[in-house]
Amino acid sequence: MDDTADLTQLDPRYKTMMRLVAAIFAAFLFIGASIAEMAIPGWTGIVWVPALLVILYVVIWLPMRRFAARGYSLAEERLRVVRGVLFRSDTVVPFGRVQHIDVDQGPLERAFHLATLTVHTAGSHNASVSLPGLAHEDAVAMREEIRAAIRRDTR
Amino acid sequence: MQPVQAPQRTDPRSFAVRAVMMLFQLVVPMGIAAVTIFDDGEFAGRIAYAVPFIVAIILFNVAVAYLQWTRLTYTVGEADIRVESGLLSRAARSVPYERIQDVSLEQKLLPRLFGLVEVKFETGAGGKEDLALTYLSEAEGERLRELVRERREGEAPAMADAVPAEALPEAAPLFAMDGKRVLTFGLFEFSLAVVAVIGGLAQQFEFLLPFDLWDIDGWQERIAGPGQWLAGLGPLAQVVGILMALASLSLIGFATGIVRTMLREWDFRLDRTAKGLRRRRGLLTRTDLVMPVHRVQALRVETGFLRRLFGWHSLKVVSLASDSGAANHEAVPFGQMDEIAPVVAETGFALPPQNTVWMRAMDRYRFDKIVLAAIVLLPATIAAIFIADSVQWLIPAGVLGVAVVHNWWRWRHDRHAIDARQIYSLHGWFSPSLAIGSRVKLQSVEILQGPIARRRGYASLLLGLAGGNLRVHGMPVERAREWRAGILDSIGRTDFSELVEAQVDARAA
Repeated sequence: MDDTADLTQLDPRYKTMMRLVAAIFAAFLFIGASIAEMAIPGWTGIVWVPALLVILYVVIWLPMRRFAARGYSLAEERLRVVRGVLFRSDTVVPFGRVQHIDVDQGPLERAFHLATLTVHTAGSHNASVSLPGLAHEDAVAMREEIRAAIRRDTR
Repeated sequence: MQPVQAPQRTDPRSFAVRAVMMLFQLVVPMGIAAVTIFDDGEFAGRIAYAVPFIVAIILFNVAVAYLQWTRLTYTVGEADIRVESGLLSRAARSVPYERIQDVSLEQKLLPRLFGLVEVKFETGAGGKEDLALTYLSEAEGERLRELVRERREGEAPAMADAVPAEALPEAAPLFAMDGKRVLTFGLFEFSLAVVAVIGGLAQQFEFLLPFDLWDIDGWQERIAGPGQWLAGLGPLAQVVGILMALASLSLIGFATGIVRTMLREWDFRLDRTAKGLRRRRGLLTRTDLVMPVHRVQALRVETGFLRRLFGWHSLKVVSLASDSGAANHEAVPFGQMDEIAPVVAETGFALPPQNTVWMRAMDRYRFDKIVLAAIVLLPATIAAIFIADSVQWLIPAGVLGVAVVHNWWRWRHDRHAIDARQIYSLHGWFSPSLAIGSRVKLQSVEILQGPIARRRGYASLLLGLAGGNLRVHGMPVERAREWRAGILDSIGRTDFSELVEAQVDARAA
C-alpha cells in the first residue's frame, strides 16, 4: 500500500463540480477586474490579463491537479484517503475504529449526484475523515460495507 | 438500596451552602455599592432607608433558592439517571448509564465544611453539558458513584453486599505526596508568568508603591541606609540594587508557585481500586477522581529543564473521558522515575525497555528547518543593519540563533521508537516529554508530506489518539510507511468496542 497505484479515483463529475465552484468565484473576479479595467483609461489589459491567468489556473488547472491528487481505497478493511496537491496527506482509518459514518449531500452535490462520506473516529486528531466527490450510490455502498464490517467485528 | 428509587432531593444542607454563598455574592457588591453611593457623610441616615430593601432582596433570593432546591430532584432509574429542575420552566435531563464515562466528586471549601460533595457525571459531551448534582452528602456521592460503575459494567447492583471497597481499611497508596514533597514541588513551580505580570504591574502602577522598583539610585539609598560602605562601591551597588529588585520579584514567584501547588496538590494520594486509579488531592477544594485503567489511551512522562537535573518527572494519563475539560490526568504530578514505574505498570503500559532501538528524525528535516529560518531571518538581519540606527539587528539575529540551537538540540534529543506493543516519542526542548502510546489503542494513521518534505524524502506520522496527540515529525518516508503498516496490522486485530468492553468483562469476571 505504499504507492498510489491501487487507489480508486473519485467520480469524474467531482472535477466538473469543483470547476463550477471555481467558476462562480472566477465570475466575481472577472466582474471586479472589468470594473477596474474600465476605470483605468485606455484598454491596457493591465488588470484583465493577470485576472484571466488566475481564472485559468483556478478553473482549469487546479481542479485537475486536485482531482488527480485525490483517491481512496477500501482494501483490507481499511479506509484510505489520499489528498492534497501541495501538502499530501495519506490517512488510513481501520474499519474497526470507525465510530459512526455520515453520507452528506450539499445542494451542488445533489445536482451532480455526488455525496461526501465522512467517518468519525474517537481520536482527537482525524476525529472525522471526509471523502468528498463520490457517486451517491458508491458512497451509500461504502457506508454499508463499513457498517457491515463493524457489526461483524463487534460480535 | 432499592432498584428504582423515588425522586430524591439533594442534601438539605446544600440549600444552606447555596444561601451562604449567595449572601457573600450579594452582600459584598452591596457593601461596595453602599460605600460608593452614600459616600457623602450622611451614611448612617441614608442607610436606614436602604436596609429594608436590602433585607427584602436577600429574603427574596433565599426564598427563590429554597424553592429551587425543593424543585430539583434526581432519580436513579433502571437505565439512567434523571434530573428534573426548574421553578418556572421545568427541565428534565436523562443520562443513560452506558454514556456516563465517569463520576467524579469535588469538594470546594464551604461544602467541605458541611460534609457535602458535588457529584459530576462525565459523559464526554464537554464540560458544560455534563450533569452535576450540587450538593449531596459524602456517603450519598460515594454510593452513586459505586452504583453508576456497577450499572455501567452490566452487573445487577448487589443489594446486601454493596459494601464499598473504600469502607475497608485502605491499603498503602500507589503514590502519595507528603508535605515536604509538595513543598519541593512548589519550589519547582516557580511562576515566571506571575513574576512577569507583577513586574509589569509594578511598572504600570509604580505610583502606588512607596518607592520606585526600577529606580536604581533609590535602591542604592535604601541599601546605603544600613550599610554606608555600599554607597562608596558605585557600580557594584548598582548591581546589588538590580539583584535586590530581581530577588523580591523571584520571592513573589516562588511564593505563588508554592501556594498554588499546596492548594492543588495537598495530601495527594493515588490508590489502586477495583475500578481504576483513584486520585484524591487538594487543600481547600478536595477532588476525588477515578481513572478507569482500561480507558487509558496513552501515557505522557514529562519533566522540566531544571527538574530533570534532580530526576523529577510527572506522569499524565491520556484517557477517553474528558473530565472537567482536560483529557490528561496527572497520575503522578511530581516524582522520581522509580516511583512512576509502578504506576505505569498498573495502567497496563510499560516504560521503554533498556534495549529499545531509538531513532532520530532525519538530519535533513532539521537542516531544512534551519535553512527556512535563515531564509527569512538573514535578510531581515542584513536589512536591519543598514536601516536601523542602533543594535536592533540583534533581534532577528538572536531569533535565528535560537532557531539554530533549538533545531540542533531537538535533533540531538528527539527520538522515537516502536516495539511489539507500544510506540514511544520523546520530544521537547525545555521540558522533554515522553509519550507512550499503545499500538492497538490508536484510531487512525496519517502520513503528511509538505512540498519540501516530498522532495527531501521525509514525512510526519500523525496518529489518531483518543484524548490526545501522538505525532512523529521528520521520519524517513519509508520508515513512516513501515510503521503505518505495522500499526494498522495491530489495530486490525482488535475492534474498538473490544478495547473498551473486553477489559470490562475481564474485570467483571
